Amino acid sequence: MAEFSLPKNSRVTKGKHCPAPDGATNIRTFRVYRFDPDDGQNPRTDTYDVDMDTCGPMVLDALINIKSKMDTTLTFRRSCREGVCGSCAMNIDGTNTLACTKFIDEVKGEIAVYPLPHQSVIKDLVPNQSHFFAQYRQIEPWLKVDTPPPARERLQSPEDRERLDGLYECILCSCCSTACPSYWWNSDRYLGPAALLQSYRWLVDSRDEDAGNRLDQLEDPFRLYRCHTIMNCTRTCPKGLNPAKAIAEIKKMMVLRQV
Amino acid sequence: MSSEQSSGRRSPLSRARGLGSARSGTTHFLSQRWTAIALVPLIIWFVIGIIAHIGASHVVAMTWVGRPLNAVLMALMLGALFHHAQLGLQVVIEDYVHAHGAKIILIVLTKGAALIFGGLAIFAVLRISLGGVA
Repeated sequence: MAEFSLPKNSRVTKGKHCPAPDGATNIRTFRVYRFDPDDGQNPRTDTYDVDMDTCGPMVLDALINIKSKMDTTLTFRRSCREGVCGSCAMNIDGTNTLACTKFIDEVKGEIAVYPLPHQSVIKDLVPNQSHFFAQYRQIEPWLKVDTPPPARERLQSPEDRERLDGLYECILCSCCSTACPSYWWNSDRYLGPAALLQSYRWLVDSRDEDAGNRLDQLEDPFRLYRCHTIMNCTRTCPKGLNPAKAIAEIKKMMVLRQV
Repeated sequence: MSSEQSSGRRSPLSRARGLGSARSGTTHFLSQRWTAIALVPLIIWFVIGIIAHIGASHVVAMTWVGRPLNAVLMALMLGALFHHAQLGLQVVIEDYVHAHGAKIILIVLTKGAALIFGGLAIFAVLRISLGGVA
């Protein structure tokens, strides 16, 4: 049956408190999930009082501030710090988003920072995304054609190119998939919103010649049809995309080739 | 992870691909929508019919059910209702029950119950209409 409570070794305990440096007046408190696979302890939440006069405006700035000034053991992924790499996806104030594009000011009171839900945690804010990326690989996210290549590039009309808007911008941060209850319960077989949006990106590409096989691969009670239009994906997407609509369009394609 | 995919040394891609696509699902999806659409007018007709017969005698009500059009609509409504219910329950079971044995048993029980109760309900309508019970 579904597990509705956390296993004993997953219960989160209260951790340490790091006060702000002396003389700091402009303070915000961050409550950060910590888990170290090597110490055999349960996960805990540590609180850090960050001096905002020495910190940038984004949650990622605060995490970097904590790591460099208060606690070097804090572990998280980050790279581009401008919302295009998807590395710093985490759960902030109860919502999956990118730490680098989330303003600290948007959160009232204590700022809770957790790893993305329902992926196993490697350490602190770093989840294991092997399965997520294997699912992306599974939808074969590349152009598939039988027609020999023309002398120059394969052309696309401006209208056909427009159909990829709202799809190509996906950075595979996995905020949407890990916000989806259906993905929580059945991610072993359900592809999840991110992989399905990416799949649709190739299904509507006017240059691609493999839509039938792509749809055959999705024609499955779990891979596609676990989507119950819960819409958490669309609500949480830090890039403002609409995976739920892409999934609905795939379902429409499935119906269109039957009736 | 389901049992046959949990063996530790499989690659992530092997695990993601699992046993492959079932090549079905759209029929289930469509049946659920068709029955939902059909049930909208059928339930409205049914509720109006029931309200119109509040306080009516048993004989009057039986005569109403027994009329050919009413009997057919009633049988269609019951068929769509039980079919729709078992399709929906199957999805709920697939969502939340992950032990293979329990999942299959529950789905079979759900479909069996829908067949038996739906069959009984439709049989009752036919008996009223054809059997001259009224």
